[in-house]
Amino acid sequence: MENIIQLDKVTKKFGGITALNKASLHVKKGEVVGLIGDNGAGKSTLIKTLVGVYSPDEGHILIRGKNVNSWNALKAREAGIETVFQDRALTPQQSIVKNIFMGKELRYPFGFIKEKEQIKEANRLIREIGFTSNLINADSPVGNLSGGERQGVAIARAIYNNAELIVLDEPTNNLSLNETQKVFDFVLNVKKSNRSVLFIGHNIYHVYDISDRFVILDRGEVVHELNKRSVSSPEELMKIMRETIVRH
Amino acid sequence: MNNKSFINNMFHKNGRALGSIGYFILLMAIFFIGAPEAWIRPNLHQSVFVMMPTLIFLTIPLVFLVASGEIDLSFASTYAVAAYVFALLVKIGIDPGICFVAGLLTGAAIGALVGTLIVVFRLSSLVASLGVLFLLRGVILLLTNSRSITIMQVENHWIYPLLVGKFYGFPMQIFWAAIFIIFCYYFFNKHVFGIHIQHVGDNSVSAEQMGINVNAVKIKAFMFVGVGAALGGMFTTMITYTFFPTQGFGYLLLALAAVFVGGTPYWGGLGTIIGAVFGVGVIAYMEVGIIAIGWSGEWRQFFNGLIILLALLGHRLHGERVR
Ligand SMILES: Nc1ncnc2c1ncn2[C@@H]1O[C@H](COP(=O)(O)OP(=O)(O)O)[C@@H](O)[C@H]1O
Ligand SMILES: [Mg+2]
Repeated sequence: MENIIQLDKVTKKFGGITALNKASLHVKKGEVVGLIGDNGAGKSTLIKTLVGVYSPDEGHILIRGKNVNSWNALKAREAGIETVFQDRALTPQQSIVKNIFMGKELRYPFGFIKEKEQIKEANRLIREIGFTSNLINADSPVGNLSGGERQGVAIARAIYNNAELIVLDEPTNNLSLNETQKVFDFVLNVKKSNRSVLFIGHNIYHVYDISDRFVILDRGEVVHELNKRSVSSPEELMKIMRETIVRH
Repeated sequence: MNNKSFINNMFHKNGRALGSIGYFILLMAIFFIGAPEAWIRPNLHQSVFVMMPTLIFLTIPLVFLVASGEIDLSFASTYAVAAYVFALLVKIGIDPGICFVAGLLTGAAIGALVGTLIVVFRLSSLVASLGVLFLLRGVILLLTNSRSITIMQVENHWIYPLLVGKFYGFPMQIFWAAIFIIFCYYFFNKHVFGIHIQHVGDNSVSAEQMGINVNAVKIKAFMFVGVGAALGGMFTTMITYTFFPTQGFGYLLLALAAVFVGGTPYWGGLGTIIGAVFGVGVIAYMEVGIIAIGWSGEWRQFFNGLIILLALLGHRLHGERVR
């Protein structure tokens, strides 16, 4: 099967800190990959490098098998990769609709914005996600929303573009059980339509349930990779993770 | 959608502009009550109409820049540099239409330089643009030997009646300022440029992660301020037929005051074009109104200061920055 995206021996340093050390990772079409590791392991740095927010100090990024140069966040989105960042990447003073279409506005020629269409689509997405109460409409500022609702906006944005690969960085943090289930449903829907998900979390139970394959990251290095088939339970995955990290 | 949230949203979207409209109406009422006979004399409003278009050209682009999270003081010198380029080229006999374009390009180029300097080296825009303000003014004074340039010849060119002439007694610069306001309203609220500016000023990390080129957006906002300054400088130079090397300096604080009195908060992410128009109205009428009601000019500064403080309190009443 084709690799949607591949990181090849990528190193990323922040001053003296080596956040990623020759890390390699790939995601295939129709696959859900769970990226796990402790806080500070470099998970967020890895995905930010993958989606063009950070440029790697060493190593390569390949999209559908082809090396990309001067990779950046806009190119990643244009290549069909959408990301729900750990910090949600929202602009709280702006409306829900502006946030959903941030950076990928629906445009007339010369860059004027199709406002009506955006509002219509935003309302549809909000209903589809089912995160927000009926009192909230697409015109209200994101800053008025609860944590779960903000998360919903970030996910709505990722849904809208029908991305080939959706990257979710700790998407279930601070969510209620009900909301967490909605995120899972969403991931399963993406998988069903033969698209891919890269799911990051430090809650092993969440990652275990929905992933086909696991990648364990520790102190910037990919220390282990295993298929769902070779792990029988989240507890076993947890044990494997502990052992590899201790040995590393 | 229920009614309450609709009203809340209306207020959220337009409250800051409404505040500055309120100030304007209040000011007009005070002046009218204070000096009704001066108020109905047309020449009072005429002097406002000379000043207002220039202030509009300066203030509205600043709304874009402040909304992007930056500030610029150098526009008051860019104003003079662009006007100098324009006047000099007209003087040596080049077609004033071409000179006008050259002035606009000068403004854009200075804006691009200032913006690039600030964005690339991560300088404080307040301090860096203060430096550029003095530096450019120094350059102008040195180049001109502090002497002004008179360009009576522009009157015979089509550009003069088109831009600053009278159309059945109506000053054309008001017409162009109105076009500018409408254009900027759509540019800020309905165009990718304005929307990206708001995202960048609100949270530049989020904007960057969503693929918006933050630096490019900011540099473009600085360029727009440069273009606005060039428009202001050239219009004034044409109206008075004279470039003089200190011109523009007097607008520095007035234009900045108009931005904030106009309801654009200082912290970035938000801005209002309509509010800025009324902010300009408040500032421009303050300049003439105080005299008209028979007070001495010294009171102008006092009231300008007072109204800026009131505007800040207005921001506070309207609510803290949401995060
Ligand atoms: N922008 C940054 N500047 C400096 N250090 C960073 C930055 N981002 C991450 N780091 C550091 O890199 C390491 C990995 O962080 P991160 O990728 O956020 O880990 P994780 O997402 O797995 O918790 C940490 O030590 C963190 O402090
Ligand atoms: Mg993280």
